[in-house]
Amino acid sequence: MADELGPVLEVAGEKLSSALILGSGGIASMELLEETVRASGTDLVTVAMRRVDPGGRGSLLDVLGRCGVRVLPNTAGCFTAGEAVLTARLGREALGTSWVKLEVIGDEISLLPDPVELLAAAEQLVEEGFVVLPYSNDDPILARRLEQVGCAAVMPLGAPIGSGLGIRNPHNIAMITESAGVPVVLDAGLGAPSDAALAMELGCSGVMVASAITRSQDPVLMARGFALAVAAGEAGRRAGRIPPRYRALASSPTKDMAVFSSLPADDRRHLD
Amino acid sequence: MTRARLNGEHRELAPRSTVEDVVALLSPSPAGLAVAVNGEVVSRSAWSKREIEEGDEIEVLTAAQGG
Repeated sequence: MADELGPVLEVAGEKLSSALILGSGGIASMELLEETVRASGTDLVTVAMRRVDPGGRGSLLDVLGRCGVRVLPNTAGCFTAGEAVLTARLGREALGTSWVKLEVIGDEISLLPDPVELLAAAEQLVEEGFVVLPYSNDDPILARRLEQVGCAAVMPLGAPIGSGLGIRNPHNIAMITESAGVPVVLDAGLGAPSDAALAMELGCSGVMVASAITRSQDPVLMARGFALAVAAGEAGRRAGRIPPRYRALASSPTKDMAVFSSLPADDRRHLD
Repeated sequence: MTRARLNGEHRELAPRSTVEDVVALLSPSPAGLAVAVNGEVVSRSAWSKREIEEGDEIEVLTAAQGG
């Protein structure tokens, strides 16, 4: 179903075959990661940049290579524009991609983006030729500013990273998607596939999921669930939903009802 | 010996060690690695030329699960 509907995500002129971006963090083993990536149908998987562990390395990139997916380095854990820019440069050097998921957080408690540092880092990286996908607050004004400095997409959060609270402010997400000229990818805080469907119904072009899949009891099944939900939400948005209304609107004809004269008067709604 | 910090740890390196030599201490293969010395990226093509100097801070990074 997901494959037939084929929602694609186009970023910086490049088409991804899936609108679901998968985070590789939080999964228990490389074997499970490989199965999960395949079940998700994703084309793009995020990784963090960390110090080399002399004891063991290589298997993450090997797994992603075998799955045939693109690798998207992030700047997770950076608190300043300077740290994020340097981390992005190292990601480009290590992985041979100019795409970066830009994260600049304000503190370790909320993991919310620091908009001032985020915007500064985005501007710098765009100048250096990066394709910047910034993890952002669900703030339409910040999203506009990120687009104006040249970001290839904006990635507003649904809720704090790893919280599983879903989309706390769907009105803001709708405001962002209504005015954005670049793809909007809902990032962070999703808990269940229905959250991903809502994101797509709100006009997002894609959804980024990590913990909700990788930390679920069955990541492979949950990955499939999210893939289906993204397709379902995309179909729902494209199909044009009915406008909400406060009063009922009968879906069966109200004319030509039978008249049951033989029923006692108290049992008859329609009078002849 | 040249004293430097490698991924946060004090190391004593042979004189005139290069970035390439230092990377080899950590990993059998350079694939998927990137290096910064004193906050500047050293591109792979420059690894064999860039010598480590006293007090250099070297970070050698690779992809890890995340995001």
